[in-house]
Amino acid sequence: MIGRIRQKIWMTKPTRSVGGDLLVLLLIGAAAAYSALPLVYSISNAFKPPNELFLWPPQFFVRNPTLANFYDLLVLMSSSWIPFSRYLVNTLVITLGGTAGHVIIASLAAYALAKHDFPGSKFMFSLVVLSLMFAKQVTAIPKYLITSVLGLVDTHWAIILPAWCMSLGLFLMKQFIEAMIHDALLESARIEGASEWTIFWRIVMPNVRPGWLTLIILSFQALWGETGGQFIYSEQLKTLPNALSQIVSAGIARAGVAAAVGVITMILPITVFVINQSKVIDTMGASGIK
Amino acid sequence: MAVLPERQMGARTGFQPEGRLAQFWKRVKQNKVSYLFVAPYGLLFFLFTVLPVGVAVVLSFTDYNMLQPPQWVGWKNYLRLFLADDVFLIAVKNTFVFAVITGPVSYLASFVFAWLINDLRPKIRAVLTLLLYAPSIAGSLYLIWTIIFSGDAYGLINSRLLYLGIIKDPIQFLTDPKWMMGVVIIVVLWMSLGTSFLAFIAGLQGIDSSLYEAAAVDGIRNRWQELFFITLPQMRGYLMFGAIMAITNSFAAAEQIIPLVGFPSTDYAGHTIVAHLVDYGSVRFEMGMASSIAVILFFAMVTVQRVVQRLLNMIGT
Repeated sequence: MIGRIRQKIWMTKPTRSVGGDLLVLLLIGAAAAYSALPLVYSISNAFKPPNELFLWPPQFFVRNPTLANFYDLLVLMSSSWIPFSRYLVNTLVITLGGTAGHVIIASLAAYALAKHDFPGSKFMFSLVVLSLMFAKQVTAIPKYLITSVLGLVDTHWAIILPAWCMSLGLFLMKQFIEAMIHDALLESARIEGASEWTIFWRIVMPNVRPGWLTLIILSFQALWGETGGQFIYSEQLKTLPNALSQIVSAGIARAGVAAAVGVITMILPITVFVINQSKVIDTMGASGIK
Repeated sequence: MAVLPERQMGARTGFQPEGRLAQFWKRVKQNKVSYLFVAPYGLLFFLFTVLPVGVAVVLSFTDYNMLQPPQWVGWKNYLRLFLADDVFLIAVKNTFVFAVITGPVSYLASFVFAWLINDLRPKIRAVLTLLLYAPSIAGSLYLIWTIIFSGDAYGLINSRLLYLGIIKDPIQFLTDPKWMMGVVIIVVLWMSLGTSFLAFIAGLQGIDSSLYEAAAVDGIRNRWQELFFITLPQMRGYLMFGAIMAITNSFAAAEQIIPLVGFPSTDYAGHTIVAHLVDYGSVRFEMGMASSIAVILFFAMVTVQRVVQRLLNMIGT
């Protein structure tokens, strides 16, 4: 009986004692509860009517769930003088454009740094890694000046272009390419006369799928939350997080709406995450055949 | 690529028709394709990262209030930080305490949980990955903790404790220096299964399963041996990545701390190095001082990273 349950839980044959197994599951369960409970609480808050939000002692779960907070949010959004869909489109342009460019440009560079040995390759990689350790708050002003010299202030490019060269993507993709692509595979392709461009698209990218799927999640999330406040002034170019933060900043009277905003902004990143993770797991099955 | 043998051949015969510079140039030309691959990234990276960092480093030796042109002052900012700024030393101490706890714990947790759930059946694994990673996706939802730990009677924890009669007055979790750091650490650890956790999961799934089969034939007996002789060495690149993420997140923390404990926090009990930097940069408009803090923090992180790299290089040897 216990053996059958364990078989349903684990992929591999259990080499642990039953007690050890329980301990591991308990540990995972505790961590999952720690992660999930505050989120459950904030989702529950989003569905609370005002009298429950200010009830004492506050209840963890909602008793009479209502969509009033979401409805209020909808009313507030439709009363803004720029249609709210515009903010959503702006954020989507930044998120999708930034993520696509970042994944491609960073992977191109990561492939060369991981698999080609050329003068300056090591230097460039250490620059990228070291840059992660420089507090970004101080580089904000020089970055603004450069953006303005390039004439990008008050355009979406001010956010998209720097997103393309985030250090994270190059670092991550280089580690993935080094670990997942064997030199022998590249050599045989070169002997058959494939160009580096072909090798990159036909061999490298398909084989590091878990890598770029992960990078898509990370980049999507970072850009989805981007307010762009310091670069974008025109109302019709502003981002969704920026517009929503204006709604929420009205204070205690909007406590319910703020909870609804938090829940709504999470929906898309979580959807992207779920789709991508299922593909990361698919890849594992496929790589077994190779 | 096929560059090295050629150069070695020349060295062996002692035949050197060209100067070093010419040889270097030849290597550059031979690797034209590689440079084309890194060019788009390199160009943007130079513009948006290298250049701003360079400017900030230069500014760290100046007095710059963002209105008048910067004035060169040499090491003055650095001396002032260490000799005449008590709050900076408090910030260093706080950052150190915070980093020593959250850095290793988040790093180990990211690996241990990625490793443990990797053996689970795909469906269970997918659900758990989502649950464990959700706090990192949630964005500003972490502010729910300010309600949970709120210092008035409506705080979730305070209300329970009051209701049960355990305490008479609500505990000021977010403003009492005694509690502040502990609460901040709880919240930051809540979000700690982030970037590295995902990288570890993908990395573990990329390990060739034939390695484990071969190892079983070679006499690897238990899970621990498997971990130390196969998994960890295979994961070395990702482990280095995770270590750097853990270092940068724990040393440069401020973004999540400031909204929790306020700015400045009571008695500076939640004041970190980056919070101090923000204080100079955005409140006092002393960009020179802010930049010198960034430079000091940078060298601190690089030092820690070197040590961690040494430790990681010992894996599997």
